[in-house]
Amino acid sequence: MTTAPTLPDGIVAIVKRDCPTCVLVEPVLADLAGRTDLTVYVQDDPSFPAGVDAIHDGDLAVSWHHEIETVPTLLRVGDGAETERIVGWSREQWETFTGVADLGVDLPDWRPGCGSLSVDPDRVDELRVRFTGSKLHARRVEFAVLEDEMEAMFDRGWSDGLPLVPPTEARVLAMLEGTTRDPQEVVTLVPPDLVDVTVEKIAINAVMAGCKPEYLPVVIAGVEAVCTDEFNMHGVLATTMPAGPVLIVNGPIRDRIGMNHGGNALGQGNRANATIGRAVQLVVRNVGGGRPGEVDRATHGQPGKLTFCFAEDEAGSPWTPLSADLGVDDGADAVSVFCGTGVQNITDQLSRDPESLCRSFAETINAMQHPKLILGFDALLVLGPEHVRIFAEAGWDKATTRDRIIELTKRDGAELVRGAGGMAEGLPEAFAEAEGLPKVRPGVGLLLAHAGGGAGLFTQLIAGWVSGEKGSQPVARRITA
Amino acid sequence: MTIVMDPTNEQRPAAWERQRRLDSVEGKTIGLLDISKARGDVFLDEIERQLVSRGANVLRFMKPTFAKPAPVDLRHEIATQCDAVIEALAD
Repeated sequence: MTTAPTLPDGIVAIVKRDCPTCVLVEPVLADLAGRTDLTVYVQDDPSFPAGVDAIHDGDLAVSWHHEIETVPTLLRVGDGAETERIVGWSREQWETFTGVADLGVDLPDWRPGCGSLSVDPDRVDELRVRFTGSKLHARRVEFAVLEDEMEAMFDRGWSDGLPLVPPTEARVLAMLEGTTRDPQEVVTLVPPDLVDVTVEKIAINAVMAGCKPEYLPVVIAGVEAVCTDEFNMHGVLATTMPAGPVLIVNGPIRDRIGMNHGGNALGQGNRANATIGRAVQLVVRNVGGGRPGEVDRATHGQPGKLTFCFAEDEAGSPWTPLSADLGVDDGADAVSVFCGTGVQNITDQLSRDPESLCRSFAETINAMQHPKLILGFDALLVLGPEHVRIFAEAGWDKATTRDRIIELTKRDGAELVRGAGGMAEGLPEAFAEAEGLPKVRPGVGLLLAHAGGGAGLFTQLIAGWVSGEKGSQPVARRITA
Repeated sequence: MTIVMDPTNEQRPAAWERQRRLDSVEGKTIGLLDISKARGDVFLDEIERQLVSRGANVLRFMKPTFAKPAPVDLRHEIATQCDAVIEALAD
């Protein structure tokens, strides 16, 4: 990082010719130059203002380091340090500030200033690299002149199979503007290689995934959540089953960053949904070393392993947010992660009472993984608005609904043992006499969330992977700026 | 020319050096690691029979769950007690 140029004591003005207000006060500056210890810095035309021997801030170092956002700006400097500043033109303010009366008597009383060149959107990324770039610690990778940068990133194995946004220094620095956390802060250890990941490394992968800076806090919380012992990302990668993290976002940040919790929430077309889930997977790939064919031994995989992230529709839900069910305060920004192995649509267009709908859900949940395998896998149901309304109108709360669905999955061991129904797969013979065996773990094995468009009597069943302490447990993490 | 920031952990060696294979199992201690998948014990029982018939000492180990990496202590135990380890992966 470059250091801030020291300002001369006295009054310092920062101006540019390409600003009508600066041109307006040109004679005032000439007047003050003769009567006060005024120093003028000009951002563009070094011959401006007339009658003043201005210093050219051509590289904008003075403007950048002293955080000039508006021109003209007047600073008062004592012992090299700024003590006061005013922006734009106001005769009254300028007279008080300079102690000189009757300034610019022919001018209007007040005019707002213009944007400083140091905050010009076309220049700010480049300036950030020039003045703060060295705060990044990652190795710089230089592509050859004739190397296509998109192909070069594929060749280095950084991609999940889709094109990546090149993580240039300017883009990474812009991404880091999305968080207040120090770029070198270690966030967590990423499986399977169990390597420290810094905020900076997450930002690099978020750039490649296509994230905007305001998504970065969600990505960081998502990485924290999947890297917990409870979520067990190493096992999720290593399994031959098609397992991958499903991210569900709660809290006001959903709308602030434009996430989709309505129509097609689980599908394509929303940048935040698509790129946040992808960024988390890229961190696991590039920092953790979790790659298909290496530690990732999935037999088929599934498309959700590229990205699977959506927001919950909280305003339209009669129930607590999913993150609150997993221990984060209701109303807080949070990411929840659930290990999913695929999505099954549940169609029920005729049920108008909770009991009937719970039966439809239970029958479909019982088919998950294999109809005769039980208790090994959790499930997440994402109810659409037209389904959740049936529970809301009947006054069923979330726990009642969950427990009734689990109750309705119960079957006797005789139906489930190996060989029953002409299928070799099933429970060991020892379960033959058991009665009332539920499909998922009572109380905790079924999660309920709410998302989707306003039309359609559908719910999505997201099947889980090996559940509980021996497999993967859902985890929620608070999102911090 | 484009310069980008390395997205990887920058710690991956180009190649891992492999341990030398044992010339013979005779008199060596061989660890057999069961990962807790169904019928892994059947496979390892047969491996143990064959190894013992060739003069090896066999120690049996078991992961608490196939869905998670072996605990650090278990890995340490195997590394300090055995000359080689065989892991049964399958159902």
